[in-house]
Amino acid sequence: MSSQQQDQATQNLTLVQSVRDALATEMDLDDDVLVMGEDVGKNGGVFRATEGLYDEFGEHRVVDTPLAESGIIGTAVGMAAMGLKPVPEIQFSGFAYPGFDQIVSHMARLRTRSRSRYTLPMVLRMPYGGGIRAPEHHSESKEAFYAHEAGLKVVIPSTPYDTKGLLISAIRDPDPVVFMEPKLIYRAFRGEVPEGDYEVPIGEAVTRREGSDISVFTYGAMTRPSLEAAEELAEEGIDAEVVDLRTVSPLDRESIVESFKKTGRACVVHEAPKTGGLAGEITATLQEEALLYQEAPVKRVTGYDVPYPLYAMEDYYMPNAARVADGIKEAVEF
Amino acid sequence: MSTLEPDPRDGMVQVLDEEGGVVGDVPDLSDEEFVAMYRHMKLARHFDERAVSLQRQGRMGTYPPLSGQEGAQVGSAFALAEDDWLIPSYREHGAALVRGLPLRDTLLYWMGDERGSLIPEDANVFTPAVPIASQVPHATGMAWADKLKNGGETDKAFICYFGDGATSEGDFHEGLNFAGVFDTPTVFFCNNNQWAISVPRERQTASETLAQKAVAYGFEGVQVDGMDPLAVYKATTEALEKAKNPGEGELRPTLIEAVQYRFGAHTTADDPTVYREDEEVEEWKRKDPIPRLEKFLRNQGILDDDRVETIEESVREEVAEAIDAAESTVRPDPSTMFDHVFAEKTPEIQRQAEEFARLREEYGDEAFLEE
Repeated sequence: MSSQQQDQATQNLTLVQSVRDALATEMDLDDDVLVMGEDVGKNGGVFRATEGLYDEFGEHRVVDTPLAESGIIGTAVGMAAMGLKPVPEIQFSGFAYPGFDQIVSHMARLRTRSRSRYTLPMVLRMPYGGGIRAPEHHSESKEAFYAHEAGLKVVIPSTPYDTKGLLISAIRDPDPVVFMEPKLIYRAFRGEVPEGDYEVPIGEAVTRREGSDISVFTYGAMTRPSLEAAEELAEEGIDAEVVDLRTVSPLDRESIVESFKKTGRACVVHEAPKTGGLAGEITATLQEEALLYQEAPVKRVTGYDVPYPLYAMEDYYMPNAARVADGIKEAVEF
Repeated sequence: MSTLEPDPRDGMVQVLDEEGGVVGDVPDLSDEEFVAMYRHMKLARHFDERAVSLQRQGRMGTYPPLSGQEGAQVGSAFALAEDDWLIPSYREHGAALVRGLPLRDTLLYWMGDERGSLIPEDANVFTPAVPIASQVPHATGMAWADKLKNGGETDKAFICYFGDGATSEGDFHEGLNFAGVFDTPTVFFCNNNQWAISVPRERQTASETLAQKAVAYGFEGVQVDGMDPLAVYKATTEALEKAKNPGEGELRPTLIEAVQYRFGAHTTADDPTVYREDEEVEEWKRKDPIPRLEKFLRNQGILDDDRVETIEESVREEVAEAIDAAESTVRPDPSTMFDHVFAEKTPEIQRQAEEFARLREEYGDEAFLEE
């Protein structure tokens, strides 16, 4: 932050610092917001996403809980039903499954079950994804589980600016949000992040690179290799448009379809396994909405349908710029 | 002796013996309150019998009967103050009616009508949870939220109901563990009715009692005769009081194990004769909480034949009216299916709602309804 002191309006933050900045900003504005989870308090979170919040807001608003995912999510459900705005953290998304019942059976459907008498203004944060040489169960990318569940919004940012604005929007949203943070790019780069509060709307994609030959639809950590591939291919005369979805549920179908109608070709990129992944949903949407604009089969560049490998092999599993470029060429050269 | 401490005579809190004789301290209730408690139990029993019958006649869906558990449900719910909260499982229709939930709504819910899920704004009752034990952490979180909002103090307690099977689930342990760590004003009320569908209490745990599990979480556990409404009332009253005003060095939560029996099936979908002996059922029926309280009230001169008959008649009328009201409620508008997913419909849900409206318009509801 100190590097930007001459400019009071913005700070130059990493993505994980912008998570912290969003939490601090919103906790400062709204006494009902609280953070809870394993090691989020004194330790500041294993990724330091809650660093310093304990000293700033105290043990009742930055709560170190017992090690129990269902307990963390289930008590947050109760808190949110009573009007607080809890932001529980699951340390790694691969450890969310003991709390999965609470997520799908209660967090997602309390509004429906109670005919809107109760709603859950809670945000479930979890770092997801691979590429950081982590042990087993620390690298999964299972956003499709949550996107498949009616009643949940699922947000995945890719820049520090969006992270802060989207997280603030998520905390202010009257409905429950699963906020998945791409830990591969927690510290990979910095970006200008305004001080104070602002919102980035949930459910709106953004075009990161304009192009006319093909649309690349992606999100989270895969946004960077997608942009890299687009730049490489520009030198070969292929002009790719890169659309960062930012929210995987609800999907911004309108922007997706609009971009596709312009280019007539699509390549969908995510690190999650192919089968049942979001790429299938996006492909089906294009079939339904823009079949006659389609110049080539939609290409899916994704993780493989195998358990996430131990890290000696993860570079082969994760899509990278080369694989994205290959996928784009396949669709363009069809 | 605190009612929260087990009675050395039989290891559990008891006020009335099986014949309605007094063996403990009778709680300080007025004659009207005693009669109201009795009437609620009769109402719960008659409602339950009629609900099972409606299911058998195909007028209602699968239903979880409560007969045998009226003493625990009504006795405990009677102990709640107006501001206290009740977090039920799916079998607490008896407790819920004490808290003012309309019988018609309970019927609608089990008839598959979503409107039965809308709990009146003035009733501090949470929506029923069907997955086992999942409501336990909710209750802890609700109580915790109340304490946080009031700067660590609270003037409310939160009672959470679950069965013996629930004590085997992770959520039971996680909810109680959080309650102990964060000292939440929660009363965990285990309706130990001896059977989790077909699996007996002995197959849930090797512990001697379920109440003793509280020791692991640092707070008090108590076993109470769940077929004795007055014992349940006393134990619950003390637990609620402690949740609000704990003594020096005392934690707020309590685990109450109300030892009781479900006379009927787990739900109308199962047949209990497959897994339990008639003798066992008969033995427990001799402990039936309703005649037990009735005998006590007759001995006290609070009830007589006339009064009992009047109550029975009014209970029959009330249930009949509720059934009429539920069955004469016109079918719900199916388009409301899309209304309670999010505060605001997403574009895709809006599209799906529009397509649904078009299909109904084009083909008529007859095309969708299986009769």
